[in-house]
Amino acid sequence: MSETHAARLSEENLRRIEELKKRYPHPQAVVLEALWMWQGEHGWISEDGMRYIARLLNIPDHHVFGVVSFYTMFNRQPVGRHKIEVCTNVSCMLRNSERILTHIENRLAIKVGETTPDRRFTLVEAECLGSCGTAPAMQIGDRYYENLDPQKVDVILEGLK
Amino acid sequence: MEPLILPPIPDLHTIDVYESHGGYAQLRAALGTSPDAVTDEVKRSNLRGRGGACFPTGLKWTFMPKDSVKPKYLCINGDESEPGTFKDRQIFEFNPHLLIEGAIIASYAMGITTAYIYIRGEYKHWIDLLQKAVDQAYARGYIGENILGSGFSTNLYLHRGAGAYICGEESSLMNSLEGQRGYPRVKPPFPAQNGLWGCPTTINNVETIANVPVVLRLGAEAYAKIGAPKHPGPILVGVSGHVNKPGVYELPTGVPILDIINNYAGGVPGGKKIKAIIPGGSSTMILRAENIEGVCMDADSLKAAGSSVGTAGLIVMDEDTDLVPVLARIAHFYRHESCGQCTPCREGTGWMEKILHRFAHNDASRSDMDLLLNIANNIEGNTICALGDAAAWPVQSFLKRFPEEFERHLRARASA
Repeated sequence: MSETHAARLSEENLRRIEELKKRYPHPQAVVLEALWMWQGEHGWISEDGMRYIARLLNIPDHHVFGVVSFYTMFNRQPVGRHKIEVCTNVSCMLRNSERILTHIENRLAIKVGETTPDRRFTLVEAECLGSCGTAPAMQIGDRYYENLDPQKVDVILEGLK
Repeated sequence: MEPLILPPIPDLHTIDVYESHGGYAQLRAALGTSPDAVTDEVKRSNLRGRGGACFPTGLKWTFMPKDSVKPKYLCINGDESEPGTFKDRQIFEFNPHLLIEGAIIASYAMGITTAYIYIRGEYKHWIDLLQKAVDQAYARGYIGENILGSGFSTNLYLHRGAGAYICGEESSLMNSLEGQRGYPRVKPPFPAQNGLWGCPTTINNVETIANVPVVLRLGAEAYAKIGAPKHPGPILVGVSGHVNKPGVYELPTGVPILDIINNYAGGVPGGKKIKAIIPGGSSTMILRAENIEGVCMDADSLKAAGSSVGTAGLIVMDEDTDLVPVLARIAHFYRHESCGQCTPCREGTGWMEKILHRFAHNDASRSDMDLLLNIANNIEGNTICALGDAAAWPVQSFLKRFPEEFERHLRARASA
């Protein structure tokens, strides 16, 4: 079995996983959190990462593959440093989220689903973020940005290096 | 009505402020009575679930076996992913201790020793906020071993999802919490018999649990008198779309929908007329503006009007809205979120989306209207979980109540 040096979790996260296991009768329940940790450290979840987590929790590889492919927030390919997720669901649509999406596409010269050549930004469409009262909205990483207009978007993107 | 779930008290999210406004007094009082007395109080209050199904909360609690040899679990559903719904995040942010207090009271009432709050993955910011509150509550002895010297012990843990609308469906939520793909389970068996890890489990919505300390504070009789008699209490109404002041408004149940739009949410921008509303999140049936006169935000009134209260996520569309692309977007959502287990939903949601795109691009034919309805009718009731119904209802109701919207796109094709 080949394993690259980076294909592991930090000591801190490994300790945290041991703590989390105590909360559940079966270690499998920690799989989403372990995958979050992996994505947090590596930016995306490789097959090596999935195999590593399967061994860590003593569950089959294919189970972890199945979990990763079910949940939309796990990146199965590398993404840019900042993943921009623009909500285009009904409440945002009614408040012109299309204009926000088009503005970002034009500004970054990429289409939805693409990453800028400098790997700074990836742009995707999101399903309802729960920002209907502050629409239109987008999420970048863990952060929400709401009540958007093109000028506001420019300032936000300017601030992300 | 004074807000009871989200009172405008500065820094209420901190435990000191929460305690100084009577916080955790209901937990203390509940621990001094019997678990059955607590359940009975909730039953008599007529509190009904706020997640969409409006099931009587106290009754649900009585389904839990009393003498279980297996551990019992409480799952609090904070997946909040139904488009148009954004109420639970207000509780996480502004009154997290009310939710925590309710969770521990519910655990005591049902003899539960482990409770989980499952929260959608996108809400990382709010999970962090709620975790701070949980840590404070542990530090003050409101959660953990021998709570307030009562001899009752229970734990409360937060569990983060990873992006899947279906995980708001209770059996899917349990599978997700167990670390599996979020596939819904066939019912029966129901969670109270066979839930998390095959053990008795109750699943309640975040807002429902936040109502529990309020019920105990006011007393069942006083609580039952708030708002609509058969669906009483405060309700968090999220208003979005074409209104001047979108947001979450805490109101008694039974407030007229037009009153909510015009007097709370500031009316429609530009003084335009309302064309349509979706009253309780994207899966609830659309209503024409001329048919909402006198219709109120509660389960019975909306049922009588031909829709449902759902999550009370009210989406308003003005007279200039083209409803076909709106429905196409809703159909896209359900296609994207279908878990793929049941053929009618997996295939039908994609088919409906394609046809609706044809309409939106003026490329549909008259027979597509019948085909669309036929597909929706064949999804409804033929799937393991309610996502199939949730995908069918918008299509059925848009077609039935707004045929002219589809006709317009057919005419546009004919004249092209």
